[in-house]
Amino acid sequence: MTTAAATDRVALVRAIAQQHLTERGPLLPVLHEVVEELGHVAREDVEAIADVLNLSVAEVHGVVSFYHDFRTTPPAAHRVALCRGEACQSVGAEELYAETRGRSADLGDGVEIAEVFCLGNCALGPSGTVDGRLHGRLSADRIDALTEGWR
Amino acid sequence: MALTKVFVPGDAAAVSVGADEVAAAFEAAGASVVRNGSRGMLWLEPLVEVESDRGRIGFANVEVADVLDLVSSRSHSDLLNHPGCVGVVDEHPWLTSQRRVSFARVGVVDPASIADYEAHGGWAGLRRALSLSPAEVVQEVTDSGLRGRGGAGFPAGIKWKTVLETASELKFVACNFDEGDSGTFADRMVVEGDPFTLIEGMTIAAHAVGATEGYVYVRSEYPHAVAALRRAIDAAYTHGYLGADVLGSGHSFDLHVRVGAGAYICGEESSMLDSLEGKRGEVRAKPPIPAISGLWGKPTAVNNVLTLCAVPMILADGGAAYAALGTGRSRGTQVFQLAGNIKQGGIVELPFGVSLRELVDHYGGGTLTGRPARAAQVGGPLGAYVPASGFDVPMDYEAMAEAGAMLGHGGIVLFDETVDMARMARFAMEFCSIESCGKCTPCRVGSTRGVETIDRIIAGQDVQANLVLLDDLCDTMTKGSLCAMGGLTPMPVQSAIKHFPEDFEREVAPG
Ligand SMILES: Cc1cc2nc3c(=O)[nH]c(=O)nc-3n(C[C@H](O)[C@H](O)[C@H](O)COP(=O)(O)O)c2cc1C
Ligand code: SF4
Ligand code: FES
Repeated sequence: MTTAAATDRVALVRAIAQQHLTERGPLLPVLHEVVEELGHVAREDVEAIADVLNLSVAEVHGVVSFYHDFRTTPPAAHRVALCRGEACQSVGAEELYAETRGRSADLGDGVEIAEVFCLGNCALGPSGTVDGRLHGRLSADRIDALTEGWR
Repeated sequence: MALTKVFVPGDAAAVSVGADEVAAAFEAAGASVVRNGSRGMLWLEPLVEVESDRGRIGFANVEVADVLDLVSSRSHSDLLNHPGCVGVVDEHPWLTSQRRVSFARVGVVDPASIADYEAHGGWAGLRRALSLSPAEVVQEVTDSGLRGRGGAGFPAGIKWKTVLETASELKFVACNFDEGDSGTFADRMVVEGDPFTLIEGMTIAAHAVGATEGYVYVRSEYPHAVAALRRAIDAAYTHGYLGADVLGSGHSFDLHVRVGAGAYICGEESSMLDSLEGKRGEVRAKPPIPAISGLWGKPTAVNNVLTLCAVPMILADGGAAYAALGTGRSRGTQVFQLAGNIKQGGIVELPFGVSLRELVDHYGGGTLTGRPARAAQVGGPLGAYVPASGFDVPMDYEAMAEAGAMLGHGGIVLFDETVDMARMARFAMEFCSIESCGKCTPCRVGSTRGVETIDRIIAGQDVQANLVLLDDLCDTMTKGSLCAMGGLTPMPVQSAIKHFPEDFEREVAPG
């Protein structure tokens, strides 16, 4: 079952891996680039990467599954990631996280609410990212304003 | 008075509260904008500075709507009368009372300008280091008393000496820029605001230990820092501070940036090394230590960002000048980070020995909510909770250890009286269960058991028996864990129970 799209994907993944071949320990940079270009690491990507980098499929799979950043399913249309670190908790992050999860459908279709642990913005919490952009002093109202275009 | 030059921080914290939009508005209004780092007075961000013949005048919490007003100010008195004006920033008492060494240039210089770096004293340390033998450089760092800022406080000079004396054709310098602890952001701010200092520190380290390649391992949560560092490294290559022949010395040093992938444990040095090699970030058993067998089995000097950023000054001014600051066996300055429920959060760099109370009350201004403070967690998620009654403890390695706490990476997270310490203890266990690398049972399984046990305590089930169980569990984790993730998670848990027993022994109606 090889569609043209799947062949293109594998070719792109192989090309990415190829570009990093001369670096020491190229696997993480390759996986980052695959996620950046294609949104996630698919089963067939793992095989292609293993082949180009001369690693076993099990080894590449083991690395993919170890790190939070290497998602294996396509990302949602939009993503809000809220910090649950202690500093953000001290200014109400747990409540904000629970409440935002509870109303994710109201924020728009295909919105993913994720947790993160510290974004290095601990003096201006609660912190979070909205489609990858960092925001401080978040509140429910502020999240509404930042996601307005999604509805 | 037409605005000539304005400074709008490009620091991620400033950006998180609107600095990019403000910078764009100034540019649209015809001002020339420099994206400096942050001064570390984070509660004032975006803190815009306008250049004047009296110095750089600061305006706090600037919004896009303020920009036109500032741009059209006709005179100094117009500017000084603007409601957000905080006066000449360099004369702000919050800054002038600090002793900024590692943060001396942060917020002052343009982080994109290598010329600015040089004009503010940059490269003096490297130039002097290259005129010395590696052993002399190591001696200077040893004399300075510099200890690792990543948490463990190991003397940097001793580590470097081991790497220097371990024969190998290939050696590495690896910078730990994983900064995963909640309540810490100093690594991020120094790299975003003054990236050349880290490059200079690493290049000096490379010369000292005989390394030809360096890696900076940056957490993926820090895209601004990655961009700032990559830009600075490119400039350093162009100007001959990196590459085949560093400043014509004949030494070769190549520096690479590698991005982590969302795993707290990769801040532990052996896990970080495995991650750099492209593996799962699992903790390695010691020995061998990285100084003897590190990256790809070669001798590797692993140091935290702040450790390496102290090095240029130590080489420029001499180890004795650095050692003259501080107290006891804690020499030099510590970059404290005020975070959490705090009115004036940010960076306070002072010699070791200042009290936690002075940091929290005097610099921090108390809690953001205005309620009484109840506790502070010092040193990240593995650090102890210190009750407000214990805030007089001096902030140095030994005094903190005596008080049953640790300085860690210098982060201070303040909580007001509404904090539920049983919930914070539960979170410590939860965090450990999420971030454990899974290699040893006390950590992997113990933390999950810990969450369950605290849940029962919170629910009021067999509280006394479960507290005993929890204590045993903590003991097992402390003694049986391979690294400090499992080994120190009991610290926040047990300190919470010790200082706030009332939160764990609440009356629950019999049912
Ligand atoms: C769970 C865990 C997380 C750590 N995270 C960091 C970190 O984010 N940054 C850091 O510099 N050191 C971290 N460390 C400490 C490192 O293992 C190591 O001591 C440090 O990189 C050595 O550099 P230094 O001597 O300059 O401090 C961590 C340690 C443990 C056990
Ligand atoms: S204590 Fe935890 S994080 Fe450390 S090696 Fe053991 S399982 Fe891994
Ligand atoms: S704890 Fe939330 S940003 Fe650090």
